[in-house]
Amino acid sequence: MKRAREACEPASPVLQRSDVRPQKAPCSVAALLASPRKRGDGKGDDVTRPIIRLDLFVTAGQQTSASPISCSAVFLKEAFTMAAVIEARGLVKHYGDVVALDGFDLTVEKGTVVGLLGPNGAGKTTVVSILTTLLVPDAGTATVDGLDVFTESHEVRSRIGLSGQYAAVDEHLTGFENLDMIGRLYHLGKTPARKRSRELLEQFDLVESGDRPVKTYSGGMRRRLDLAGALVARPPILFLDEPTTGLDPRSRIQLWKVIRNLVTQGTTLLLTTQYLEEADQLADDIIVIDHGREIAHGSSDHLKTQVGGERIAVTVGAGIDIAVAATFLRPHTKEDIHIDERTHALSAPITGGATTLTAVIRSFDTADIEIRDIGIRRPTLDDVFLALTGHTSEYAKSDTTSEREPH
Amino acid sequence: MQRLRAALADGHVIAKRNVIKIIRVPEILMFVLVSPIMFVLLFAFVFGGSIQIPGGSYKEFLMGGIFAQTVIFGATFTGAGLAEDMQKGIINRFRSLPMSQSAVVFGRTASDVIYNVASLVIMVLTGLIVGWRIHNGIFSAALAFALLLLFAYAFSWIMALVGLSVPSVEVINNASFMVIFPLTFIANTFVPSDNLPEPLKTFAEWNPVSSLTQAVRELFGNIPVGTPEPTAWPLQNPVFYTLVWIAIILIVFVPLAVRRYGRAAAKT
Repeated sequence: MKRAREACEPASPVLQRSDVRPQKAPCSVAALLASPRKRGDGKGDDVTRPIIRLDLFVTAGQQTSASPISCSAVFLKEAFTMAAVIEARGLVKHYGDVVALDGFDLTVEKGTVVGLLGPNGAGKTTVVSILTTLLVPDAGTATVDGLDVFTESHEVRSRIGLSGQYAAVDEHLTGFENLDMIGRLYHLGKTPARKRSRELLEQFDLVESGDRPVKTYSGGMRRRLDLAGALVARPPILFLDEPTTGLDPRSRIQLWKVIRNLVTQGTTLLLTTQYLEEADQLADDIIVIDHGREIAHGSSDHLKTQVGGERIAVTVGAGIDIAVAATFLRPHTKEDIHIDERTHALSAPITGGATTLTAVIRSFDTADIEIRDIGIRRPTLDDVFLALTGHTSEYAKSDTTSEREPH
Repeated sequence: MQRLRAALADGHVIAKRNVIKIIRVPEILMFVLVSPIMFVLLFAFVFGGSIQIPGGSYKEFLMGGIFAQTVIFGATFTGAGLAEDMQKGIINRFRSLPMSQSAVVFGRTASDVIYNVASLVIMVLTGLIVGWRIHNGIFSAALAFALLLLFAYAFSWIMALVGLSVPSVEVINNASFMVIFPLTFIANTFVPSDNLPEPLKTFAEWNPVSSLTQAVRELFGNIPVGTPEPTAWPLQNPVFYTLVWIAIILIVFVPLAVRRYGRAAAKT
């Protein structure tokens, strides 16, 4: 809903995709909407779907600087709730006494990235398992591409790709054999499956190791191969369950690049992560989940403004009396100054951004207070988590809590 | 029809994957091959001296039983293979693919026929070395091997269900031995069942492992001339009785195992 409204604003990033071209004149929208929805007759029939047409149409409207008729189409789309490619309502799942999901709702619209952010045991994997047909919830409904996840699971499976928390690759097969096997099981046919496998090995920088058994691969290579496995049939909808958990920073950045590429090509993505930075980097829309419930929802900026605006952070020299330094910071903020004597750091909420920053530097300089480090800090998603749940994310707490979520 | 073709194609892909593993991890195959040799040698030389078979040699008597026992033990690998798959992430991949839901189990039971063929070959060679012979010609012998492999295939579906139901690979060996030991020992496999006490004797006579052993002995010509006709009906018609059991096992356990696969959440 929110996104549909944003679509009329010029800077909406979702609608600036260069590969989406208007294919139909605006006048046919009503007719398309009236036409019955075709489903279940195989791949490549996207163009016959009115919803998709609407998307294209909205894009057309956007590119010709939002004519009134295109905006009305946007609101039509808003009324048309099926525009969601992934939709779940009221999901409940118990594992014995443990409540994994407690009435969870989710909507992912075409071509967007939704990040499910939460600590271990929050219910992220359970959501993905339900939506990828691996698990039946105790209550709730779910559709993927308009298909019921429980009654039309086979059709759903041909439209999705899944890359899980644990690299789902066969150790004894080579990288190529793994991908080839998946291609055959998607029924791509012998030659196309082979061709696609080689293509993916190249795309994921696995050409050299492609003919070695996977048990010789590093963790990062396995993850890349697993992600490649999810892409074999070029599924329009992708589920990535903690794709970078346990990877070193270099592999993580590499994987982010690959994921971003996919999204620019139009893939709809549901991503789970316990890394706040990862949600920030990849997702258009973030759902913060804890104890099986949504506790916050919005863009990364939206969530950050929920906990407050920007803060100034100053570290002063070791010889400086920090209380004195605080008196010089006082005139620049209306709220409490947070003082950390151990690290000689001060921080306080400010308004005015760079102007205030310059003013603080000037007054400290005049008072001859040595500044070791100064900057404006926007709240991180960790601050968001702390503000929302009263505890930091599991990631920040590292391994102090036990794993609750059954896998 | 198209669904069946897709199911067969998927089963073939999975079987191929399992065969690659058999080749790349030769240790498993080694174990499969060494244990029947051990059994033949142990029974032939440890028990061979003490067990009298009227009118014949114990080694000739023994081989039918060892054949039957080995193919049943072989089924454990089907259970272990599936239990291992279920523990690993790969099962989530399979279950999220638009493939036939029965393919993982069908592919597994099909690829495990290789273990049984390999162990039969090794046992024939070991048997020939210790003095066992085929007396009824190639055709009967081929029938005997076919019957053994068919029974092994059917039995692997029972173990498939067990493998899909246990929580981990470690449990599978104990779980399957609890089934396999009574089944293979309360039978005519290693000793003539005539001397067993009453309730066990009836069990042994109606035990399909006994009828399989009896059928194989008859087809190889390992029953000495002058041995009295068995009194129990299953042992009088061992081939037919064994085939009936093969059919029953498949009819019951194929749907059960396939359903169990569909329901079992991956235990990663």
